[in-house]
Amino acid sequence: MKMALTLRKKRVNRSFAGTFWMSVFLAFVASFMALPLVYAINAAFKPLDEIFLFPPTLFVRNPTTSNFIDLMTLLGQSWVPFSRYIFNTFFITGMGVIGHVLLASAAAYPLAKHRFPGSKLIFTVVVLSLMFTPQVTAIPNYMVMSWIGLIDTYWAVIVPAFAFSLGLYLMKQFMEQIPDALLESAKIDGANEYRIFWQIVMPNVKPAWLTLVILLFQMLWGTDGNGFIYSEQLKTLHYASNQIIFGGIARAGVGSAVALILMSVPIALFVFSQSRIIETMTTSGMKD
Amino acid sequence: MSNIDIPSQRSGTMAGKAKASAPSWLAVKWQIMKAHKHSYILMSPYMLLFAIFTVLPVIMSIFISFTYFNMLEFPRFIGWQNYSRLFLEDDVFLIAIKNTILFAVITGPLSYIACFVFAWIINDLRPKMRAFMTLIFYAPSISGNVYFLWQMIFSGDRYGIANGFLIKMGVLLDPILWLKDEKYIMPIIILVQLWLSLGTGFLAFIAGLQTVDKTLYEAGAVDGVKNRWQELWYITLPSMKPQLMFGAVIQITASLAIADVSIYLAGFPSVNYAAETIVTHLIDFGTIRFEMGYASAIATVLFLLMLGSNLAVQRLLRKVGN
Repeated sequence: MKMALTLRKKRVNRSFAGTFWMSVFLAFVASFMALPLVYAINAAFKPLDEIFLFPPTLFVRNPTTSNFIDLMTLLGQSWVPFSRYIFNTFFITGMGVIGHVLLASAAAYPLAKHRFPGSKLIFTVVVLSLMFTPQVTAIPNYMVMSWIGLIDTYWAVIVPAFAFSLGLYLMKQFMEQIPDALLESAKIDGANEYRIFWQIVMPNVKPAWLTLVILLFQMLWGTDGNGFIYSEQLKTLHYASNQIIFGGIARAGVGSAVALILMSVPIALFVFSQSRIIETMTTSGMKD
Repeated sequence: MSNIDIPSQRSGTMAGKAKASAPSWLAVKWQIMKAHKHSYILMSPYMLLFAIFTVLPVIMSIFISFTYFNMLEFPRFIGWQNYSRLFLEDDVFLIAIKNTILFAVITGPLSYIACFVFAWIINDLRPKMRAFMTLIFYAPSISGNVYFLWQMIFSGDRYGIANGFLIKMGVLLDPILWLKDEKYIMPIIILVQLWLSLGTGFLAFIAGLQTVDKTLYEAGAVDGVKNRWQELWYITLPSMKPQLMFGAVIQITASLAIADVSIYLAGFPSVNYAAETIVTHLIDFGTIRFEMGYASAIATVLFLLMLGSNLAVQRLLRKVGN
């Protein structure tokens, strides 16, 4: 143990053998986790004859971009211009993300920093809502949507995303660590609640915003309209790409190319914001 | 009454002051609420939507579950009939319950433990490596519906990766129809679900591990903590209890909602309902047969199951370490 201490001053209680075997274990599982993604990347660059090789190969031998070129050709032929699907997804994702961050932050601030009649009850209900999935409410949700008249519009996907409860929960937990003194002094300087929220609280919770952005982005980027959107010109990128992916054998190469493009966007976003997200998650705990 | 409009953060002391002089409890409450009107205004847009799209639908679902409702006629009250049909007559629902619980009992704890164990191992790595490994483990859960890739891996012909590999190794002579064989469907779905399950809970654990007070480890070493396992048990786990509770909620809820993976891989309906879950059963009755009353009864059972198991596990976890 003395030696371990001198070798790596960082941590105590680490035996070399333990670290070694754990690294082996980690590497083994990590390769299992990465396998499908590695396969996806390689498949996207495989020429058609390599996709149907026996025995099947994991790594591409003669990488080609022909799948991406075929994809472009295919997109040019679709009935609704493909740019429209892209616009739809970007519109839904953008509006949903902005609206959610604003509304959830506004609701999280009083819950985190004030006690008032109903605040405890409201937060309890929000926590309870983390405990079931949207499928539970799918049927009444459809009825509510049709009453409000949102069926077959973008808003049927966007508006419910505003009230996503995990976002509010994480934001509220993160805001609790803002020192009260900061808010008190702003109040003494004559700022009202709205100014405190907008000029003091919001700039201080940037990591939490980013986390909410990522969570919502992930959710909305992959949406197929949740069964609310029927018009072809309103459908999402995800929906359109599913049609390509399930085109069967003939579309195997193009399907892989689409899949690669679709999955690389949220992954890239996560790469850039990882440290901020982890920072937010440090406050995610449930304290009775 | 004049000083009431000043927003106060200490409603407790205000309530105390007001109670001494004010006439009724209701009036006092009303004054406190007025003092906090900015809080209510800030919360109102979110809470309105939350009520419309989450709270109201849950209540509606429970009401509809006691009716016969086909979306065309006005719902007709039929008492407990939907529930008695669900548990006494619907054989497929019993398969669905069995599968759902089986999935949950296996993927719930396993994914929870996996989230923690990998977060724990990753936490010991150097920062660059840590960020990379976090990405590798987290990527499947954020890359949308890439689990269709598993369909190519478990493809039933010999061009599928699994079949091709096993045939080449000489383990198999003929390709296996992985996703059409009742024997293999469940284990494959469990495998894919586990692959997908290192999500928000995993990140929360990574974050939680980084916040454990470093001096505790040194103090522990002085006090006789001998190895990493003792350190894990006596120092790390107790310090991370809030994150552990949060992670439990996320993993349990996800493990009871398995449906997409089942539909994509095993088909809908799956062979002999081998991969039917409560959620796929709900989709069947809600979106294909339009028996909304019956579907709502399924949704209500699912709701109670999710809420019940979450609350039970919360209670259990709260006791750990006390």
